[in-house]
Amino acid sequence: MSQITREEVAHLARLSRLALDDAELDGLAAQLDVILGAVAAIREVTDAADVRPTTHAVPLENVTRPDVVRPSLPRDAVLAGAPQAEDGRFRVPQILADEA
Amino acid sequence: MSSTDLTRRTAAETAAAIAAREVSAVEVAQAHLDRIAAVDDRVHAFLHVDAEGALAQAARVDAGELSGPLAGVPLALKDVLCQEGIPTTVGSKILEGWRPPYDATVTARLKAAGVVLLGKTNMDEFAMGSSTEHSAYGPTHNPWDLDRIPGGSGGGSAAAVAAYEAPLAIGTDTGGSIRQPASVTGTVGVKPTYGGVSRYGLVAFSSSLDQAGPCARTVLDAALLHAVIAGHDPADSTSIPLPVPPVVEAAQKRDITGLRIGVVKELAGEGYEAGVEARFAEAVELLTALGATVTEVSCPHFGYALPAYYLIAPSEASSNLARFDSVRFGLRVGDDGVHSLEEVMSLTREQGFGPEVKRRIMLGTYALSSGYYDAYYGQAQKVRTLITQDFTRAFEQVDVLVSPASPGVAFRLGEKLGDPLAMYRQDLATIPSNLYGGPAMSLPCGLSDGLPVGLQIMAPTMRDDLLYQVGGAFEAALPAPVPSLSWES
Repeated sequence: MSQITREEVAHLARLSRLALDDAELDGLAAQLDVILGAVAAIREVTDAADVRPTTHAVPLENVTRPDVVRPSLPRDAVLAGAPQAEDGRFRVPQILADEA
Repeated sequence: MSSTDLTRRTAAETAAAIAAREVSAVEVAQAHLDRIAAVDDRVHAFLHVDAEGALAQAARVDAGELSGPLAGVPLALKDVLCQEGIPTTVGSKILEGWRPPYDATVTARLKAAGVVLLGKTNMDEFAMGSSTEHSAYGPTHNPWDLDRIPGGSGGGSAAAVAAYEAPLAIGTDTGGSIRQPASVTGTVGVKPTYGGVSRYGLVAFSSSLDQAGPCARTVLDAALLHAVIAGHDPADSTSIPLPVPPVVEAAQKRDITGLRIGVVKELAGEGYEAGVEARFAEAVELLTALGATVTEVSCPHFGYALPAYYLIAPSEASSNLARFDSVRFGLRVGDDGVHSLEEVMSLTREQGFGPEVKRRIMLGTYALSSGYYDAYYGQAQKVRTLITQDFTRAFEQVDVLVSPASPGVAFRLGEKLGDPLAMYRQDLATIPSNLYGGPAMSLPCGLSDGLPVGLQIMAPTMRDDLLYQVGGAFEAALPAPVPSLSWES
């Protein structure tokens, strides 16, 4: 049985913000189907039912530091790596489309 | 002394010669830059060479401004670690031309120790791969046979070390990206304990698994590098606030009498090449002859490490790579005043990411989506607990575990590109340590069909010293094979 449909792949691409073309959608549908079939093996692990999930190898506790003002990276150095900057800020493409 | 001799020396020898003023750091740096110029058109280990910066740093060492056990020793830095002002691409088009405004903690510690940074090494895009063929800038070639892969994702770092372009390199290991390249290039590679080396400034793939570590030609060199980069860093909240294990002392001990070594029953058999199993069996005999007590140990859930990893790592990646949104750094495509922000993001990511990165983002998005979360990501995290329990129980019986580092020797370029699962299986033996968080090493244990085979040693969390103790003793008894580099002539 197929693990994933082409429609689901197209939906995932939208969620992932990837403008995949038709050939990529076809290819990924087939590949993800094979990969999901292989990783589904973990569902066989029946003794996992009662164990706690591990999110991280190190037991994490909240790490705090003194609330002291420190210099940050120079603004111009950071903006120099941006695709576009303007007036000391990141310039973004239009967010609100014309809906008039 | 000829420049060839300078590039063949170990890091420890080079550091000693510079400290004794037998050779200058500038001469050593120039010898390695010359070597890169001579061979890297065929090896393609480097994405960027910083000759000017390397010579300037070497001059500072010669002027006495910087000192330490590795002062003046050249190093190749994997292109996943930020170095201020130097291009950092992570092997991806999406970051082409980006120059970080700051140093990663690893980079800063190397600079402060007087290590000479030669340049940035090639890698599978975003460290996703086992062959370096997923680099957007073309594959790296294995110095043992240029038609074969150097492993991945850190194939550039391993190949640079194997081809004498650098005595040392930094790699990162999320599922085996330091150890598998070490295995197939006949070099030494170590994944330190998770949290042992700071991740600050390391471009994230899978944050709960990523760990930077040393690549070298000898166990002692790897230990010297480990000692320079490891230790607590307040800038990384997962950094362990404990002293660095005594790795250098352990590497020099060369005694494993009475040490208890466990052979992992599940990391053998199906999927492992006969030649790899033969060299591994001989390695186990040698460890016994050296005085260790060797027993077989069962880790029953290790067989599920690969599927758990290929759910956890892509899930974390799909989240981490959301930051490549065409706003703060890197590529932007389709910003023509007509396309919306969301469309520009989608077009940018479509053009900027390669096929393997897209595959993993999609897989991770699926595993995290509602309706599948419990069955996939949630279950994988529970399996991670069981794998950790396997390690904990095993380390009640033995001090370290051993296995082959990679199920096979270096395969041919292109051989597995069309079969993602076959590529993923290269990490069969290395993934368990990433899920558990403990340290692991690959070091050479002979040849199969003329190609290197790696022995993997796995130790408990924060016992990285045990890797070096076993590795140092093993290497003294069985020196690493040396590549013929017949393609040079």
